[in-house]
Amino acid sequence: MSIFDFLKPKKTATASIAKERLRIIVAQERTHRGAPDYLPLLQRELLEVIRKYVSVDGDAVKVEMAKDGDHDVLDISVALPDDRPSAG
Amino acid sequence: MAEIIVVTSGKGGVGKTTSSASLACGFARRGKKVAVIDFDVGLRNLDLIMGCERRVVYDFVNVIHGEASLKQALIKDKRFENLYVLAASQTRDKDALTKEGVEKVLKELADDGFDIILCDSPAGIEKGAFLAMYYADQAVVVVNPEVSSVRDSDRILGLLSSKTRRAEAGERVKEHLLLTRYSPARVETGEMLSIKDVEDVLGLKTVGVIPESPDVLNASNKGEPVILDMESNAGQAYDDAVARLLGDERPMRFTQMEKKGFFSKIFGG
Repeated sequence: MSIFDFLKPKKTATASIAKERLRIIVAQERTHRGAPDYLPLLQRELLEVIRKYVSVDGDAVKVEMAKDGDHDVLDISVALPDDRPSAG
Repeated sequence: MAEIIVVTSGKGGVGKTTSSASLACGFARRGKKVAVIDFDVGLRNLDLIMGCERRVVYDFVNVIHGEASLKQALIKDKRFENLYVLAASQTRDKDALTKEGVEKVLKELADDGFDIILCDSPAGIEKGAFLAMYYADQAVVVVNPEVSSVRDSDRILGLLSSKTRRAEAGERVKEHLLLTRYSPARVETGEMLSIKDVEDVLGLKTVGVIPESPDVLNASNKGEPVILDMESNAGQAYDDAVARLLGDERPMRFTQMEKKGFFSKIFGG
């Protein structure tokens, strides 16, 4: 610091932004760690099959591998669209 | 029993080879019999940082293929008689290294009475990086306080806990964080991730913090690992890291901003 610091352009403290972004992305990537490589492909194919029957968003199908005691659980969840007729 | 230590990072250019060279010299200076192996097949560089590039006759791949004996390929360091370098091959053949071949060489080194075998990993998460870490007992994960380096290191931590011999046997590779290019002044102003930030994100304990220093480039230029320059902060910081890896307790140094004098407080430094 110096008394002439006000002449320099002010720098923002970006390290806290970096830490927050890293915390989130690392946590997200760790949930996929150790999962079999075929999960993304399985997810895509499931989405295609479901789309033959129902119109769903690209992120409607979630495929995750979870551990339950001694065995692995393949957790597939499909969010169906809200098909209540819209007003009007 | 030889201790196998991989120096790895995921991201390139963070200081794996620089760190491998300094750690190897540091262990040797403390009386350990050390072999340091360059796993970066195709892009040999450890020899240059160690200053033995003109004495490479046979390399790692020659030994694996039986074209030379391990004894012929090990390059004896000029400074420490208990330090040896095994250079990477410059072949472009990606399959030059095999799991069995690597195991054979590591076993032979252990049988020869080496205390520490340092494996200098290539960047990335391909075969070379995989083989460098596979047989490791410990890992030194080199990280710059910067987003892409931290993220890539976390990928490497994932591999260390799943794709290594120890992981397959239900054991853990002992992981250490080595922060390089650390700039306390920039941490103070909130522009750079702090030691604690990186430790928090990765969940690792720091074994050393190497301050950003012009001495590192000077050391590479000369082929004399920076740890040999005990005048330099970076050299002393590497020496502290070596001591900690061997179980000593050392307070962290060079992690606080240097106190400025009256003159620079007024006029800026």
